[in-house]
Amino acid sequence: MAQFTLPKNSQVTEGKTWPRPQGANNLQEFRIYRWNPDDGANPRVDTYQVDRDDCGPMVLDALLWIKAKVDSTLVFRRSCREGICGSCAMNIEGQNALACTMGIDECQEHAKGKKTGAVRIYPLPHMPVIKDLVPDLTNFFAQHASIEPWLQTETPAPEGEWKQTPEDRARLDGLYECILCACCTTSCPSYWWNGDRFLGPAALLQAYRWLIDSRDENTGERLDALHDPFRLYRCHTIMNCANTCPKNLNPAKAIAEIKKMMISREI
Amino acid sequence: MAPTVRPTVAQPLSPHLQIYRWTWTMAMSVFHRITGTALYAGIALVAIWLVALASGPAAYDWVAWFFGSIVGRLVLFVYTWILMHHMLGGLRHFIWDFGHGLDRERRLWLSRGTLIGSTLLTILIWALALVLR
Repeated sequence: MAQFTLPKNSQVTEGKTWPRPQGANNLQEFRIYRWNPDDGANPRVDTYQVDRDDCGPMVLDALLWIKAKVDSTLVFRRSCREGICGSCAMNIEGQNALACTMGIDECQEHAKGKKTGAVRIYPLPHMPVIKDLVPDLTNFFAQHASIEPWLQTETPAPEGEWKQTPEDRARLDGLYECILCACCTTSCPSYWWNGDRFLGPAALLQAYRWLIDSRDENTGERLDALHDPFRLYRCHTIMNCANTCPKNLNPAKAIAEIKKMMISREI
Repeated sequence: MAPTVRPTVAQPLSPHLQIYRWTWTMAMSVFHRITGTALYAGIALVAIWLVALASGPAAYDWVAWFFGSIVGRLVLFVYTWILMHHMLGGLRHFIWDFGHGLDRERRLWLSRGTLIGSTLLTILIWALALVLR
């Protein structure tokens, strides 16, 4: 059942305002969600000032700058800093994005009329928090595993590789690029309310990637596994997934195609 | 591999509706739900009118008077808009379920079109009704 408000232990309080850097004249304010499992307190929002003249252009640069120069206790995931690992997914100015590919100027343009305002950063929405900006993605990855994301075949394996025409290969474009950052799944209100049973956009896009792979021979069983009022059909085409995907993919479209496959095999 | 150590304190739930920036598609999805629910009340208005019609002149006169009053007309005007909005929303979902209009530009305009279209249709219906009466 949908609960629109946050539980008592999750309500966010005003946190600490960290000192301004000395001698900086191009400051940008950041308001960042903090939660420490060790102090027993509720989550809070801390305020930081970043010296733009001393910092790279991306939100991740600012986070690294804060961690290096202001507050070493700030915790977040990051790895590749070029939008391919999916580690630094978080909620920036109200939309899910990768901190490494979201420019500081860019995310402010989204929040129109707030150009001089603070950049607000939260963990991915409606997820259990491990610490600060790090969400617990256990369920997310378990759901990905549940769609069996590997090639399944009946016919004996060929001597070389499983071959595919260029046209069949092209059908995987816009699907294989998914980096499983969880931006889409955690942007979905339907997933917020039913994340325990609804697979969510990322897992369903991955499911479609195997459903339309010309080499895969388990299409029927894959569809059977999705034929469920929750697993697939909790998608109500709200389309936050497609609006937010940092790789510009369209999980909503992939889900619509799965629904079409479901119907066309019944008629 | 060592088992994952589970936290001993209750993990907070990260903010969601409180912080997520509204998108057109999200807003129109919510509107579709709200208008769909409101139509239960709307269809009750139709039922009241039909029951009054079947019950005879006295009952009908009373209902006709109410629907003709300022408040009654306001209720019917809003009901018309809700009905149009839900209908266009239904058509939008119909188009999407066929796999069309899902790209960034079109899904935005289909969503905006639902709001604009339902308002225009409502005004058109009432303008026609008032002229033809």
